[in-house]
Amino acid sequence: MRLEPREHTPLAARLLAPVAAVAAALALCALLVAWTGAPVLRAYGLLLEGAAGSRFALTETLTRATPLILTGLAAAVAFRAKLWNIGAEGQLYMGALAAVVLGGGMLDLPTWLLLPTVMMAGAAAGGATLLGPAVLKVRFGVDEVVTTLLLNFIVLLLVSMLLEGALKDPMGMGWPQSAPVVEAAELPKLVERTRLHTGLLVALGLSALLWLIDTRTIWGYENRAVGANPRAAAFAGMPVTRVMLRTALLSGGLAGLAGVIEVCGLKGYLTLDLSPGFGYSGIVVAMLAQLHPVGVVGAAVFIAGIFVGADAMSRAMPVPNYIADVLVATSLLCMLVAGLLTRYRLRRG
Amino acid sequence: MELFQTILDILVSAAFWTAVLRIATPYILGTLGELLCERAGVLNLGIEGIMTMGAMAGWMAVYQGADLWTGVLVAALCGGLMGLLHATLTVPLGLSQHVAGIGVTLLGTSLSYFVYRLVLPQASTPPTIEPFQPLALPGALAQTPMTYLALILVAVVAYVLYRTPVGLAVRMVGENPAAAEAQGLSVTAVRIGAVVAGSALMALAGAFLTLSAFNAFFFNMVNGRGWICIALVVFASWRPGKALLGAVLFAAFDALQLRLQQVAGGVLPYQLFLMMPYLLSILALVLVARRASYPRALMIPYRKGER
Repeated sequence: MRLEPREHTPLAARLLAPVAAVAAALALCALLVAWTGAPVLRAYGLLLEGAAGSRFALTETLTRATPLILTGLAAAVAFRAKLWNIGAEGQLYMGALAAVVLGGGMLDLPTWLLLPTVMMAGAAAGGATLLGPAVLKVRFGVDEVVTTLLLNFIVLLLVSMLLEGALKDPMGMGWPQSAPVVEAAELPKLVERTRLHTGLLVALGLSALLWLIDTRTIWGYENRAVGANPRAAAFAGMPVTRVMLRTALLSGGLAGLAGVIEVCGLKGYLTLDLSPGFGYSGIVVAMLAQLHPVGVVGAAVFIAGIFVGADAMSRAMPVPNYIADVLVATSLLCMLVAGLLTRYRLRRG
Repeated sequence: MELFQTILDILVSAAFWTAVLRIATPYILGTLGELLCERAGVLNLGIEGIMTMGAMAGWMAVYQGADLWTGVLVAALCGGLMGLLHATLTVPLGLSQHVAGIGVTLLGTSLSYFVYRLVLPQASTPPTIEPFQPLALPGALAQTPMTYLALILVAVVAYVLYRTPVGLAVRMVGENPAAAEAQGLSVTAVRIGAVVAGSALMALAGAFLTLSAFNAFFFNMVNGRGWICIALVVFASWRPGKALLGAVLFAAFDALQLRLQQVAGGVLPYQLFLMMPYLLSILALVLVARRASYPRALMIPYRKGER
């Protein structure tokens, strides 16, 4: 058996690949569910019901999907330019930090001014966090995978330090949490009496905007060219270093924005468990979407549904809710294989 | 001056060096494992998940009644299996080593947590086992058997890499796979073998945490140690001896910050001290990056007849 490159990848194959990958992941994880002794179909039924079975479930899934769209975009943008940003988790927390510092009453501005300010600041904080590793990469040749990963731990310790120190909420009963953001810095609700907030619209808007930049501007063209072959791009006169740094700012900014939106839209204040691994799940989202900015939305809703649904399922059955993380990881690995099969075909001999 | 005196006092105490070797052990094993994979041309970002898997599987086997060395073996086997998964994806299929590695880490971590929660649904305080005890030797030599195992493995890996045909094959597929193929070697087989063996070593690093350093399994207990190992491999320029040196040096800084934390506690936030190992790793990467001599074929998939 050997792999032979395909000349063309049919659009149907590209669309089918994530579906096939997810189906394969569900089938593989069915073995794990069966191992727990729970009836598999009933378990998956409960998962689906918990993710999309009611108005409440749907709004919960979309609430969960909002930061995942943004971290998914962050990963997609970076991976396209072959900038391996595995540090979205840390960038998200830097954005959230900016949100509670500026939105916590330091600036006395009306909502229409305060919210954009906080968002820009959060994006800048996230972008700056990735700019460091990106500069080390282009300037000294330091591998960005390790530096971005290590920065996640550094940022979390920094947040922990501030939450127990300068940013500690005096009314927080001693818990390490920040003071809540002021009312003017809160994102309005999208649907009354649910947790769904207008952050979703911001995320959707950015996904569309990135798709336009990608397909309709020189910027997007340069990004794709540098990702496909940096040496060829440099030979064609493209500013490879500048494209790298630009991509870093954009990718880190998107992740930082995810942090702002979680704070201003959902939680209201900052704790150390603001993100249950949104940064890492974002990588899976981006891969399922095949790094397409619009595909990210669908992939994020799917991954969010798995997490929300698994929580509901594990309340009714003796299946630990870590099944969601296993499903997400398996989906990623299956997607890698499915993606390969769209680019290559298996030949005998 | 006072600080200098404190540091000096710490550095000359035997207890300090006992702690250094203990802290260094998982880094030695993990770095050795990653080094083996990378020498064969495969970056293994699955290390963090494989270490978690080793920590959980080894502990679970002992908790279920196996003896400690069986636990170590179970951990190595599980690590080898995860390595086989990573190798299958990255070697014959030639998929992105970055993304496959992240996938293996996510899978190893989540699977470990899933199994732990399934077996122990209501464990609020983690159940414990009777771990390896330090040997009755004087001073810094009073280590658990796994630390000695790690030190022996450094010598074994160094010997195999530089003094045996197998080691030559591993280095060759990492430097020039086409030449290895021309010599009649199967690049695929050698790479898969190296990744499986390397991953088993990573799992031992994890098992050390639950069977030697502590006596229970905690969530997030690997805590970035795997990523630090990847930095240590670069720092060691892919040499087992230097990897040992790097791991011990790193552990010495880590042990020092722990002691200073006790001395300077209250003055400076403890998080600043905890940041040191991560900052140090980044600094080490920056310092050696310019003259790092990567295995030439690192991260480049090899397909016969394709170039």
